Amino acid sequence: MESNLNWKEYVITRAIRAAGYSTILFVVLIFYFLLVEGLPTLAEVPLSNLFSIRWYPIEQYFGILPLISGSIIVTLGSAIVAVPLGIGTAVFISEISPRWAREILKPLVELLGGLPSVVLGFLGILILAPYLRVLLNLPTGLTALTGSLLLGGIALPTVVTIAEDALDAVPRAYREGAWALGATRWQTIWRVTLPAARSGVLTAVMLGIGRAIGETMTVMMVTGNAPVMALSLSAIFSPVRTMTSTIAAEMGEVSNGSVHYHTLFFIGMVLFIISLIVNVTASAVVFRSQKRAEKVLS
Amino acid sequence: MMTKKPLFNRNLTQKLGFSLLTLMAAMTVIPIIVVVVYIIYAGGGAVNWEFLSGLPHDGMRQGGIMPAIVGTFYLTLGTAAFSVPIGIAAAVYLSEYAPDNWWTRLIRIAIINLSGIPSVVYGLFGLGLFVLFLKFGTSILSASLTLSIMTLPVIISTSEEALRSVPQSFRTVSISLGATRWQTIRRIVLPEALPGIITGVILGLERAAGETAPILFTGAAFFLPRLPHSIFDATMALPYHLFVISTQIPEMPFQIQYGTALVLIIFVLGMNIFATIIRSRARARRQW
Amino acid sequence: MNEKIVIENLSLQYDDGTESLRNISLGIPENAITVLFGPAGGGKSSLLRCLNRLNDLSEVKTMSGRIWLDGENILDPKTDVIRLRRKVGMVFARPVVLPMSIRSNITYGLEVMGEKRRSRLEEAVERSLIQAALWEEVKDRLNDPAIALSGGQQQRLCVARSLALEPEVILLDEPTSGLDPISTSKVEASLQEIKKNYSIILVPHSVQQAARTADFAAFFLQGELVEYAQGKTIFTAPTDKRTEDYVTGRFG
Repeated sequence: MESNLNWKEYVITRAIRAAGYSTILFVVLIFYFLLVEGLPTLAEVPLSNLFSIRWYPIEQYFGILPLISGSIIVTLGSAIVAVPLGIGTAVFISEISPRWAREILKPLVELLGGLPSVVLGFLGILILAPYLRVLLNLPTGLTALTGSLLLGGIALPTVVTIAEDALDAVPRAYREGAWALGATRWQTIWRVTLPAARSGVLTAVMLGIGRAIGETMTVMMVTGNAPVMALSLSAIFSPVRTMTSTIAAEMGEVSNGSVHYHTLFFIGMVLFIISLIVNVTASAVVFRSQKRAEKVLS
Repeated sequence: MMTKKPLFNRNLTQKLGFSLLTLMAAMTVIPIIVVVVYIIYAGGGAVNWEFLSGLPHDGMRQGGIMPAIVGTFYLTLGTAAFSVPIGIAAAVYLSEYAPDNWWTRLIRIAIINLSGIPSVVYGLFGLGLFVLFLKFGTSILSASLTLSIMTLPVIISTSEEALRSVPQSFRTVSISLGATRWQTIRRIVLPEALPGIITGVILGLERAAGETAPILFTGAAFFLPRLPHSIFDATMALPYHLFVISTQIPEMPFQIQYGTALVLIIFVLGMNIFATIIRSRARARRQW
Repeated sequence: MNEKIVIENLSLQYDDGTESLRNISLGIPENAITVLFGPAGGGKSSLLRCLNRLNDLSEVKTMSGRIWLDGENILDPKTDVIRLRRKVGMVFARPVVLPMSIRSNITYGLEVMGEKRRSRLEEAVERSLIQAALWEEVKDRLNDPAIALSGGQQQRLCVARSLALEPEVILLDEPTSGLDPISTSKVEASLQEIKKNYSIILVPHSVQQAARTADFAAFFLQGELVEYAQGKTIFTAPTDKRTEDYVTGRFG
């Protein structure tokens, strides 16, 4: 009985530990498969081709710069929407709104986070794109702008939730101290609460942007998918194509092991590395600020 | 300085500032409500028993979406089968066993990293590992495995939080009564953390149910007017179906498109609301 | 007098440098209440937590010395700690009832031990509740959640929970610190009752409680054992100046 118990305990403990370590294994596996399928690109496609501004795989043009520029312009556009709106909403929820409003707002924002991106893309095609086309008098409504607006909606919940957590974590004593010195609530928000929460807010912005770079379905559906190099700001009003939507749109049609196939994996590898940098930096910011908070509070 | 003017200005600034923030919050929230209400309004007419239980025909322009509903259900179950045990076990490891060392930090970085990888990159990985290398083909199995790795970080982080919120004193008491660590976890910690864990699991599966990009090349079928026969069969799925009928099929009736979108958001938001209810009920009942 | 536990040159230091013990040697008699008292941070709780190896859960930096329980060194790494903890029960400062029914709180320890026979479990519930002077108050509602009991009842339930395992030693870490005077006297009365069959080691929450309950008493100050004697001696005629200052209320 006793030894039976120990044996069972040993096996279960081992299994639990294995599950914990499996997360490392998955990251390694993902990176490994991206490398194995993506790196051959460097041998098959001359660098001058790969880093050119023409993406036209049928004629062996594998320039990924237009795709990168497409991703950048759509992501920047979404950040312009999501960052001020997200931080503003977070401040409203955490600092101003009465309790009942907070109880309604938070689940609604979470609900937006739960909406499948394909639904937003669908509404983008049917409603937003035609509306923008008429409003701005454009030849097509499927543009970087449409994508940016919808992507902003996708990044918003991330920004709001994390920024709100950060604001919430600012000790109440800070605010009371500022009030006691005669500051208005508005001054307190700007001069005390937001600066105290700045690393968390920064994390929110970074993770929101990370979410936008990686988003696939919405951008594929509404940005028009034209792999054109975005050279000026006016590109926001024309169709673009991002890295993610290129993979999603073309992977289904390539033959396994072809140059085109390898190049799509290469793009995936670039995306993986970008998300790695964004997420590890964002969490490092949080980690450092936690350490600082521990020092201050202990 | 001594006049009342600056004071007035301060109050005016605050008023303007608060109005601006209120406006921003409204701009965030009102579109969400409009979107959901509009989809219910525009799609409600299409959703009837025939639509839910029928097979698509006439190039999907007629009939129902039953195979897509069932497919999404299968994919969600398949995802749960892999991600729930691994995710909860990993959360138990991090909350109950993991020492504070370099390896544990590495696990945490891995989880953060998994949560940030773009969904389409998961699709590539699933294609490389499950479809081609392990030769599972484009199938429910490949798609479920891909989705389950994608949902792991959500399940792990919410479950860990739930486990950590169980008071340490319960563990100390249980150990002092001669229970082993695992007995303590199974009899005390897990049952107390269960509502939080269920919430995390549902939120993770909700994400899996709504995703399209990871299943594009791992298990989604463009058109399959029957139910899949086994886990090695490809399947239709609601999000992919919505993508197909809104971009790939010309002259698609709007009603069917909105109806499909409505069924998808009911499926996904239903899970979301269910999770929220479980969480708030457990919070109300909690005694510590 | 039989010595149940013999502590030999025990030293202990935590990772974070808090509360530690320095070279403690002490013999704890059978069937008596031994009180460990002194100002906070003196090492009383740490010593208690050594006696059932609960310190295994904490970040201990260094530990040396030996603790003999019935001639067995329990600090030996080969000791079966699960068996040890069944032999040495513990009651904590704040009553922590497990989130389950009154009955299950008591049967928990037996069940994790593998006891499945209902008759044995039922017998243990009644016996331990009677010993902890709680039976009359709860016998009709054993299936109610334990959290519904009052603070004093919860603490007596915690005592009963340790008694259910039929331990030989019971450790109590300020068991009445959160209780009102009436509940406190009930707990103290039940201690006087159960000491006939057990060795009890108590960290009291006040000098008064120490004086009321102690058969033997040990005075701890900053990790050192200052004085150890019979209860009636130490509270009336302490030999060490520091003990005298403490028991007469000049500090602490």
